[in-house]
Amino acid sequence: MALLDGIPCSSAVTSHRPWPRVVVDADGWQKAIDRLVANEIVLLGLWGDADVVHMALACPEGDAIAVISLECRGGTFPSVGARHAPARRLERAISDLFGLEAAGTPDDRPWLDHQRWDCAHPLGKGGRPKQAIPYRFLPSEGEGLHQVAVGPVHAGIIEPGHFRFAANGEFVVRLEGRLGYVHKGIEALMSGATLDGAARLACRTSGDSAVAYSYAFVSAVESALQIEVPARAVYLRALAAELERLGNHFGDIGAICNDASFALMHAQTGILRERCLRVAETCFGHRLMMDLILPGGLARDLAVDGHAAVTGLLAEIDRAFPRLIELYDKTASLQDRTVGTGVVKPAYARLFGAGGYVGRASGRPLDARRSPGYAPYRDLSFEVPTLQEGDVNARVWIRIREVEQSVQLIRQILAQLPAGAIRAALPSSGEPAEGLALVEAFRGDVLVWVRLDEDRRIARCHLRDASWFQWPLVEAAIEGNIIADFPLCNKSFNCSYSGHDL
Amino acid sequence: MNLVYGLLLQGAQMALVLALAPLLTGFVRKIKARLLRRRGAPLLQPYRDLVRLLRKDVVLAENASWLFRVTPYVIFAGSWVAASLVPTFGTGLLFSWTADLIAITALLGSVRFFLALAGMDVGTSFGGIGSSREVMIASFAEPAMLITVFAVAMIAGSTQLSTISEFMSSPAVGLRVSLGLGLFALIMVALAENARIPIDNPATHLELTMVHEAMVLEYSGRHLALIDLCSELKLLLYISLISCLFFSWGEAPPGAGLTALAVGAAAYAAKLALGGLLLAVFETSIAKMRVFRVPEFLGIALMLALLATLLRFVSGSL
Repeated sequence: MALLDGIPCSSAVTSHRPWPRVVVDADGWQKAIDRLVANEIVLLGLWGDADVVHMALACPEGDAIAVISLECRGGTFPSVGARHAPARRLERAISDLFGLEAAGTPDDRPWLDHQRWDCAHPLGKGGRPKQAIPYRFLPSEGEGLHQVAVGPVHAGIIEPGHFRFAANGEFVVRLEGRLGYVHKGIEALMSGATLDGAARLACRTSGDSAVAYSYAFVSAVESALQIEVPARAVYLRALAAELERLGNHFGDIGAICNDASFALMHAQTGILRERCLRVAETCFGHRLMMDLILPGGLARDLAVDGHAAVTGLLAEIDRAFPRLIELYDKTASLQDRTVGTGVVKPAYARLFGAGGYVGRASGRPLDARRSPGYAPYRDLSFEVPTLQEGDVNARVWIRIREVEQSVQLIRQILAQLPAGAIRAALPSSGEPAEGLALVEAFRGDVLVWVRLDEDRRIARCHLRDASWFQWPLVEAAIEGNIIADFPLCNKSFNCSYSGHDL
Repeated sequence: MNLVYGLLLQGAQMALVLALAPLLTGFVRKIKARLLRRRGAPLLQPYRDLVRLLRKDVVLAENASWLFRVTPYVIFAGSWVAASLVPTFGTGLLFSWTADLIAITALLGSVRFFLALAGMDVGTSFGGIGSSREVMIASFAEPAMLITVFAVAMIAGSTQLSTISEFMSSPAVGLRVSLGLGLFALIMVALAENARIPIDNPATHLELTMVHEAMVLEYSGRHLALIDLCSELKLLLYISLISCLFFSWGEAPPGAGLTALAVGAAAYAAKLALGGLLLAVFETSIAKMRVFRVPEFLGIALMLALLATLLRFVSGSL
């Protein structure tokens, strides 16, 4: 059954590439929700436009993608979240940013808007800020329940987020997160920006995924403009993306162990992470490889000594990493903490369409590099590791296996790296065009949707982090665990605050 | 003259434990840092931290009661007295005849009682979590500690630390299974009491996993300095206690001359260093356990201590 079967549409948008976008009416919208509820299709994204809401959908195998758009008459649209929980926070964000209300939603609380902005609906009609009302957390009632409020300011140097636990002694009965503390207004800043300027903004959405975000952004732009990127740039982008993945996975593996007070692993993987960052600086002139990827290609070519630096890094990983895996696997006290802790049921991972290690540790074998797939990964061979257990241990093992895959990928990239130009010229004007891209960041798929105007400036750009569908699973995973295990669970998800709050 | 000498010796002992405690903590931290391939803070950093905290203002919660303000002084007094009762470089301490091992346990229990109350005083959720976990741990650690004390006391025929220490260094002691069991029980209790890995992590920044640190999260300035010094004293106390009960070689006997005292001091320094080193290595090689595994861990300590007592009952030579 094709993706849009059974969803009646009035017209298709021809300037939307590479996947179709169709305009639907309320009936078609409801049919799409029916299919979401029936688990026949997966929600990829839901975002607002001036008077329109767009919903990106994918088939469960992830290789077919489509966008449906609904015009909002009277500033409302039929709620998806009312019947399909993963859409709720997205709808609340739409309501905050655009003032488009989801009719029939069971949750009309603000999400990104903490009533501290100097205007309401910054991307929509604007207007005076709403009266500040205290945030209502979901109720938990019962004898012996007490609340523990954590954050947004934490004792360590981490990003801000508030977590409200309802606990019975040590056991967590309910966890509710509240995010939005690092809303930077990136989508508002993008409107009217030049392509290079917008690429710089996209790069800064979440610093740990700088490469993945700019990769996704330029892919969407290049799809919209139908630009052929030089082969060397395509391969170097993948090299940068894999270096970023390596560094982040090393950091995560160590940080998870550190949250179980096993600092030895943290120290050792910290060395490997630092090596990755330094090699990135040697290769591309920046530790996080910011502003490397631009529409049309790359800002800088691989440095002369870059090849040798990467080869040296791979040799060091080959030498050190197997011993660290063994250390992780053979430390009984550590295994006692990670095995069976914070289980995400495969059904939840499927329902939320969770990507990255969260989904793959819970039996959802999807990776944007494989499906829908993009260059140059179509020409490279790699495996998508998948586990069924869904616990902290499984998420660590997925990262370990992905490190090994990334090392193999980098070897192939270096071996096949073509010579030639690194940037194609961009047309300075043309018809308005729209593009969509899905790129695998280290924590999951980043979706970028972009609409360009005639002058090749950004008319609207939406960036959706994988964390939107992972944060709710943190709340599900901690239920029935003890409060003291929350940091460990949370670190094994390592969801983005910055990428989510945008 | 004897009284003056005794007073001097006891005074020296009290000053010594107070002066050495931060150094021991600094030493353990340094070793741990080196094991993690880090350079680590200087050995004297804990002293600097104490001075820094002493200079700072105290920030008090508006609803803090007198208990919250008094607790740091109470627990400091309790910990210091307890630490000064344990023979370090020499036995025959003046105070030793007025307070025995049971009194030390009681002093430490009172210290914990006040700290747990103070943790709940301000009414933050972390303080409550910390106090409840601390009391849960204590309810398993204290029986294990007491039964170990009984086992050792039955072997040595006294609960006076000086007497036990002298007995242990005499040839009468021999090799005893019950002593070995008691040693392991006491080490496990010591790990729990000092909030070390695998029970608690003294270096964590994660509020939700803290035990001891969660209780004292609201303290600042000189109050925090006293509480930190208490923790450092307690670590020193336990290492001293273990070495005086089980490894009492080199300790100067009562009324010993200066040479014997010097030998005792050198032996004590070596024992402390060894204890700190072993602690650091152990802490680096193990992850922290789940909160609800702690009763199992301390249950083992309790069983070992009980076994030690039973073996002593079964046969006088075991």
